[in-house]
Amino acid sequence: MYPAKFAYEAPRSIQELLDLLARHGDDAKVLAGGQSLVPMLKLRFAAPELVVDINGVPGLDHLTEDPDGTLRVGALCRHVTLERSALLAAEYPVMAAAAPLVADPMVRSRGTMVGSICHADPQGDWASVLMALGGHIVAMGPRGKRPIAMTDFVVGPFQNALQPGEFAYEAVVPPPVGQRTGTYLKLERRVGDFATVGVAVSLEHSGGRVVRAGIALTGVGPATINAADAADVLVGKPLSEETVEQAARLAAEAAQPQADHRGSVEYKRHVVATFVRRGLARGEVVAA
Amino acid sequence: MTALDEVKIGGLGASRLRVEDQRFVRGRGTYLDDIKLPGMLYMEIVRSPLAHARITRIDTSKAWQIPGVRLVLTGEMMAQRNLAWMPTLSYDTQAVLATDKVRFQGQEVVVVVADDPYIAKDGCDAVEIDYEPLPAIVNPEQSAAPGAPIIRDDKPGQTDNTCYRWEVGDREATERAFAEADVVSSLKLHYPRSHPSPIECCGAVADFDAGTGKLTVYMTTQAPHIVRAAVALIAELPEHQIRIVSPDIGGGFGNKVPVYPGYVHAILASILTGRPVKWIEDKTGNLISTGFGRDMYLDAQMALRRDGKILAVRMHADTDQGAFFADAQPSKFKVGLLHSAFACYDIGIGYITAQGHYTNKAPGGVAYRCSFRVTEAMFFQERMMQAAATDLGMDQAEFRRINLRRDVAFPARTPFGFLVDSGQYHKCLQVGLDAIGYDEFRREQAAAREKGRLLGIGISTMTEPLGAGNSREYDILGIKMFDSAELRVHLTGKAILRTGARTQGQGHETTWAQIVAHELGIPADDVVVEEGDTDTAPYGMGTYASRSTPVAGAAVSMAARKVRAKARKIAAHLLEVSEEDVEWELGRFYVRGAPERGASIQECAMAAYSNMPDGMEPGLEATAYYDPPNLTWPFACYIVTVEVDPETGVWDVLRVVAVDDCGVRINPMIVEGQIMGGLTEAYAMASMQFQTYDADGNMIGANYMDYLLPTAWETPGFELHEVVTPCPHHPIGAKGVGECAAVGGPAAFVNAVIDAIGDAGVRNIDMPLLPDRVWTALQTRQSVSGAPPVGRS
Repeated sequence: MYPAKFAYEAPRSIQELLDLLARHGDDAKVLAGGQSLVPMLKLRFAAPELVVDINGVPGLDHLTEDPDGTLRVGALCRHVTLERSALLAAEYPVMAAAAPLVADPMVRSRGTMVGSICHADPQGDWASVLMALGGHIVAMGPRGKRPIAMTDFVVGPFQNALQPGEFAYEAVVPPPVGQRTGTYLKLERRVGDFATVGVAVSLEHSGGRVVRAGIALTGVGPATINAADAADVLVGKPLSEETVEQAARLAAEAAQPQADHRGSVEYKRHVVATFVRRGLARGEVVAA
Repeated sequence: MTALDEVKIGGLGASRLRVEDQRFVRGRGTYLDDIKLPGMLYMEIVRSPLAHARITRIDTSKAWQIPGVRLVLTGEMMAQRNLAWMPTLSYDTQAVLATDKVRFQGQEVVVVVADDPYIAKDGCDAVEIDYEPLPAIVNPEQSAAPGAPIIRDDKPGQTDNTCYRWEVGDREATERAFAEADVVSSLKLHYPRSHPSPIECCGAVADFDAGTGKLTVYMTTQAPHIVRAAVALIAELPEHQIRIVSPDIGGGFGNKVPVYPGYVHAILASILTGRPVKWIEDKTGNLISTGFGRDMYLDAQMALRRDGKILAVRMHADTDQGAFFADAQPSKFKVGLLHSAFACYDIGIGYITAQGHYTNKAPGGVAYRCSFRVTEAMFFQERMMQAAATDLGMDQAEFRRINLRRDVAFPARTPFGFLVDSGQYHKCLQVGLDAIGYDEFRREQAAAREKGRLLGIGISTMTEPLGAGNSREYDILGIKMFDSAELRVHLTGKAILRTGARTQGQGHETTWAQIVAHELGIPADDVVVEEGDTDTAPYGMGTYASRSTPVAGAAVSMAARKVRAKARKIAAHLLEVSEEDVEWELGRFYVRGAPERGASIQECAMAAYSNMPDGMEPGLEATAYYDPPNLTWPFACYIVTVEVDPETGVWDVLRVVAVDDCGVRINPMIVEGQIMGGLTEAYAMASMQFQTYDADGNMIGANYMDYLLPTAWETPGFELHEVVTPCPHHPIGAKGVGECAAVGGPAAFVNAVIDAIGDAGVRNIDMPLLPDRVWTALQTRQSVSGAPPVGRS
């Protein structure tokens, strides 16, 4: 690997990190797991003046649930931690389904969920998951923390809403309003392949009805797609064949796929619909 | 005295652990990038971003200004030295650095040599090149279209994009047979471009010593002597002053047979700078510019009698050669051994035509675990067999039974001139069918179909010609395709063996010693094997096309037998009897009628240096050059079962049964490893792996995000079975095997998916059988083409 020349800093505290980011602004790039940034450096697609390695910063690797049920995933929490988490396996079915589908075991042992979301690759899995869960990113900057809703965080392919001087401190999943179900389905040609199509379906049920729903799509547009219309038709009623079909159709319409070597436009839309159907079939819940 | 146990001394049939792994698993191999010479410089290549464009300006001044940049080479500088173009092994020419036009994306345009690889990259980034884009041609149809731009306008007399035309067989007899046929079956398909993609990319460390005039090149080559010959004949350097060393190789698969421009750049850069120059290709450089496999279009017909007998076959192949005809292909046949198709079937008549096309794509065509287009031949054959059986309404296994050659039919001449040596085809097929439970699966399949589940079974049976030469029909640059071995037995009975082959994962260091153990009774552990250094190895043609065991392995046997013949004279001397009274058993000579009076091979070795008979030349060593009388013809039967998800087109492999008859197995463990590796690659090609191009000639498949290698996770399990028909003309009865599964395997996977779909309208889905293509076939009930261009332009 022969990247262009760059300076390297490894801050030891959040304050040091913020100072570095304040000083270097847009010329600095944060290195967490490095699974996206390092390939970009290798290919010289990214040539930052400064790489700020946050791996030595304490207090960023948390995976915790607040008493009110808010889930917090720190900037240094690795994919593998999420994959092996008993909490996620028990309470967060969409995240538990997605974690083992992210890239391959080598990437998962080093890469981070927050880093993957910041990379804003339309084929990244976690952005869809967090979007379907109605989550947000907590940005930290010179003026403290601020939440950025996942639906606002990705502003374009490989572009996020962080301002110069800010870094992504953690990803947050809000507390549930009902019983959580749902899943993440991904069509890939091989382990570690980017998704031909990925669909995150998240439901919360209460009193036999769907009280909250989120559907988000991976790999079928210039950015992660929030299929809000598809999710909305599910809310306020029990799941039925009719609403499932509507959601599948609306999600397929929300997709903006392009024909490429992974598949045709028609095929990708078809798989979106199929995965929404399958995801919702798994989302059925015995009346609580 | 009890005779030696051959397996215990590591002879034939011993699954001896690989000697070379002792260093590889410890990370102690010496690969090209491990070679560091004092004062060494580093080289990087600026490649064309465009597929077809005229070069209007090259400005290297900014690169020259970077501290640490030592040399910037352009095509113009090469041209001044008459090195801008080089001859290829297929008697064409190839640009070493582009002068006039670039003809494929990734073509070499400028070379930068610097103190370290970072600076060399910076130098590449500082080179300014202006291009005037030209239309890109990415398939044979575009290439042959009227008015298509002439890609090779550098070649005098070239008025179109035809690379070659070739034919074989009896056209008139074939037409007569088709006129008399009850049924004519036809099939069109594309075998996509795939890439050998060894984990270690290509590279060289060139070291020209002005003091001695000697050029040493460490190089990732499967055929070091061919490179030495090429350098001597092309660059007109004296052959004794050229040393090519092929260190440990991190995979070859045919990718490391051709002579690439990068080697030439590194050699010239070392001569010009007076310092060693290292070039290590990066992964994209390897995938985008070096020898690929296939990219062939087939249009075939089969003339059939109603009872299932094949009367004749007719095929036309269009090959996409890329911008230069740069196959490293030693046969006298322009399209390699494509005409080995149908060799396992009793077919008397056939006719094949082929046309090569220049396109704006990387050059090559015969690499990737393939004996020179045998892979396409066997794929086409077995896809055609399935289509024909379907057209006849006949069971796939029964149709093969009707047409496979009988055991008594050998040797058998094919309609295209090959002489097939031996085999037990019907037995192999039956072993495979029994193993998979063919009849039971057919019942399961019918029951599953009632419930909307799509199960399928695919069969592929084939024999392929492995082990080029013979010298009549195979040569490289006029050098005949023999191979060689040199065996030197030391005083204490230990030995060193050198051959003209070059191992790159095949395990020669292990298996060659086993042949010596078999011939001489010297334990395999007492034999060290060396290959790859042209200053020490006997002249040989290298390792590819499954030729090592058929040719170099035979030479090992013959050299060992020469040693044994001399040792017999020594034994007679030691035992004080005449040579005619000396008998041999493994590892020992003894007196006829008095078996307790004997001399071991080790005692003979000691005597060869210390107590030789009067008048005998001291020493115990021999060299053998082996010119094989024929190719070897292994047979294989691969059977695959799959289930297709009708909603998504995703298919899962249920079982893979492989029955291989590669004659006598030297090391069964290594053979099984070869077969499993080949089946993995077959699965990859069938399911996920291809290099394609968009309409602008951008390669899709120039990195591991797009070009997929299967992992252990998705690779199916393999059930291996064995039948042994010794090769009648090989000294130890062995046949080639390295490529069988990669050659015969793909059709079994594809046939299984087509069988699962079970709709007569879907005659073909081009590989790879991506879920998208399978779903489209299910929706449209028609064949699905995978020919480029793909996606948006």
